[in-house]
Amino acid sequence: MPTKPEILSSSPTGRSEVVLDIDQLAVHFQLQGGALSRLFGLKARRVRAVDGVSVSLKRGEVLGLVGESGSGKSTFGRALLGLVPATDGRITYHSQDRGERRVSEMRGAELRQLRTDLQMVFQDPHAALNPSMTIEEAVGHPLVIHKIASGKALKTQVAAALERVGLSPVERFLPKYPSDLSGGQKQRAVIARAIILNPEVLVADEPVSMLDMSVRAKILQLMLDLKQEMGLTYVYITHDLASAKYFCDRIAIMYLGRIVEIGPTAEIFENPRHPYTKALLKAIPEPDPDRMVPRDLPRGEIPDAAEPPLGCSFHPRCAEAIEGCGWESRDLRTLIEEHWTRKVEAYDDEKAVIGDLGSLDQPSTTARIGAGGAGQVRALLDRIKAEKPDEPLWKGVRDIEDAGNAVEVHFVPADAPKLRRAGGVDVACVLYPDES
Amino acid sequence: MRGLLRQIWNTKGLARWILLVGAIVTVVFVLFALFAPWIAPFDFNQTRDAAGVKFEKLASPGSGHLLGTNDQFYDICSRVVWGARTALEVVLLSVVLSVVIGVPLGLVSGFLGGWVDRVLVFVMDAIYTVPYLLLAIIFAFMLNDRIGSGIVAAALSLVAIYIPQYFRVVRNTTVSAREATYVEAARAIGARPTTIMRKYLFGNVVQSVPVIGTLNAADAVGTLAALGFLGLGIQPNEASEWGYDLSRALDDAQAGVWWPALWPGLAIVLLITGLTLVGEGLNETLNPALRRRRLLPVRFTPREKVDAT
Repeated sequence: MPTKPEILSSSPTGRSEVVLDIDQLAVHFQLQGGALSRLFGLKARRVRAVDGVSVSLKRGEVLGLVGESGSGKSTFGRALLGLVPATDGRITYHSQDRGERRVSEMRGAELRQLRTDLQMVFQDPHAALNPSMTIEEAVGHPLVIHKIASGKALKTQVAAALERVGLSPVERFLPKYPSDLSGGQKQRAVIARAIILNPEVLVADEPVSMLDMSVRAKILQLMLDLKQEMGLTYVYITHDLASAKYFCDRIAIMYLGRIVEIGPTAEIFENPRHPYTKALLKAIPEPDPDRMVPRDLPRGEIPDAAEPPLGCSFHPRCAEAIEGCGWESRDLRTLIEEHWTRKVEAYDDEKAVIGDLGSLDQPSTTARIGAGGAGQVRALLDRIKAEKPDEPLWKGVRDIEDAGNAVEVHFVPADAPKLRRAGGVDVACVLYPDES
Repeated sequence: MRGLLRQIWNTKGLARWILLVGAIVTVVFVLFALFAPWIAPFDFNQTRDAAGVKFEKLASPGSGHLLGTNDQFYDICSRVVWGARTALEVVLLSVVLSVVIGVPLGLVSGFLGGWVDRVLVFVMDAIYTVPYLLLAIIFAFMLNDRIGSGIVAAALSLVAIYIPQYFRVVRNTTVSAREATYVEAARAIGARPTTIMRKYLFGNVVQSVPVIGTLNAADAVGTLAALGFLGLGIQPNEASEWGYDLSRALDDAQAGVWWPALWPGLAIVLLITGLTLVGEGLNETLNPALRRRRLLPVRFTPREKVDAT
């Protein structure tokens, strides 16, 4: 797909003006835990869906949030509208007529009022419309709620909005129920409901991922047209980098609740810096069979957000990991278990030497393993290392110390890398230390 | 609601027959209730004819009284017809009241959650654990002192035992509907909680209420008769009540006088059957879990015709 053509901003004040300023936003969810721990009120674990994200959204731009499922991108989008309360940090909305407003501190009526300026388009058009409301009622309801129009004026505005999103002839769609419409038509109705209040910012949470391939481009084109006509600012949430390339001015790559790389679309695609970005780019299917790219996709799954890896949270899956990535006990466990899947016959003997691996589940830079004598454990670790000597985990081992029957493996401690300037983008990776 | 009527109209097979038979039986009783003064030969508490001559006690069927008279000199045919009015009045009142109270309570409880939900669920479950007839008797006793033993009192004692049923069903559907995207979408356009409950949740959680309503109605007929049978229901001079008549007829039945017991008993059984059939038929039609998609039969064009063209 071609990169999106540069569109002149329709905002009179220019492109640099900030609409939404997000500062160290965090959204944590309390996990319910098991029945017993709830009964006894034990300490509940928390999922860090969004964990310290700072980004500012400029008027008239399209910011893409890209990441796998579970990266916190949808939660981030919902927090922008105040649909999920922020645990920490600040969201400031610079309104054109009402000045500076703190979204993260709003409650009740104030928050509801805000919705005339910030709107959302949902992923699943089949679920986003009330099945027992006609399209006319559904699309016009925002105006009724905010007491903007009623009676004849309401009907005209609804008709205008439907016309705008391409649901014409309008009379045919007004009395329909959502179940009578196709996915693409429903999504158009959802978009109509979102723009009828004339908002400034539209958060689009994977607006095309549930649609047929043939409809996707049309919906994206519609959104671009609306942006130009109405001077909208978009936050486009997606897992599909290809559509983001077509749609976005800037792209932020999210991983486990943090932004790992953010920059102009062209720069991200031409010169990806973060290993995760590179991996995502490689995952885009290539239509030309002669140009098959090697698909060394990230190994494993996205980790548990309740206990993210130490250091850089991408390091267990990273292809370019080095010593300072935050290696820890859980990585050692994975490594030993992988070794056993290759050498099944050695499992019984080696299990006796290593002993229980359960203690490695507690994230720590010191891993204590072994039950059958320090020498034997060391020999085993050497054997594992010899199998795959370039395994990045070994770079992160500072030293191995004898501790009675067991050994203690000390890893190089590391903090999570911060977003730092690198070329035209900001990237959070140890490979790109501070330029200044 | 739009699809509801169409669905009922379009029922097929067994569901259609169940619904149809149930509806016919119920409609007959509704007609009895509506036109009781014209259908019944006498008033429900009439013991003398127009000339002032007292009716014969326990007169056998046919002799001037179509279904005979009972031990209180009442005309049984008239009692049965008037009884339909009493039964349906009580049933209608109790079902409407319990829907009006139970549904909003369940909606609010399911939507708000938290301690409101906990308290309400606890109270409703507590009511649920008591055998319902016992509960109805207790309420009938309590109401007897305050508002007497009329139709309203009987209906109210039934309301108390039916509210938890509506509450439960509506609360549970609300809890699952609350997480739907369209509810979040409603919040995203700035709807207040009351608006969300009224415009977005209500229409989607009341789907199963008609089914419970009709099944409850059937149950109410039985419970009302049971209360009457125990002497806690409506008194004979206030209105005609089948359960009471049945209890009076019990002694005579052992002496071979079968008619005072047969007809009110038959009326109870028929009305309960009719309402239950309507309920089951509705359930069969409206419950998506029971619904099956039917394939239309395929008809092939005869070969000769194809060749001819």
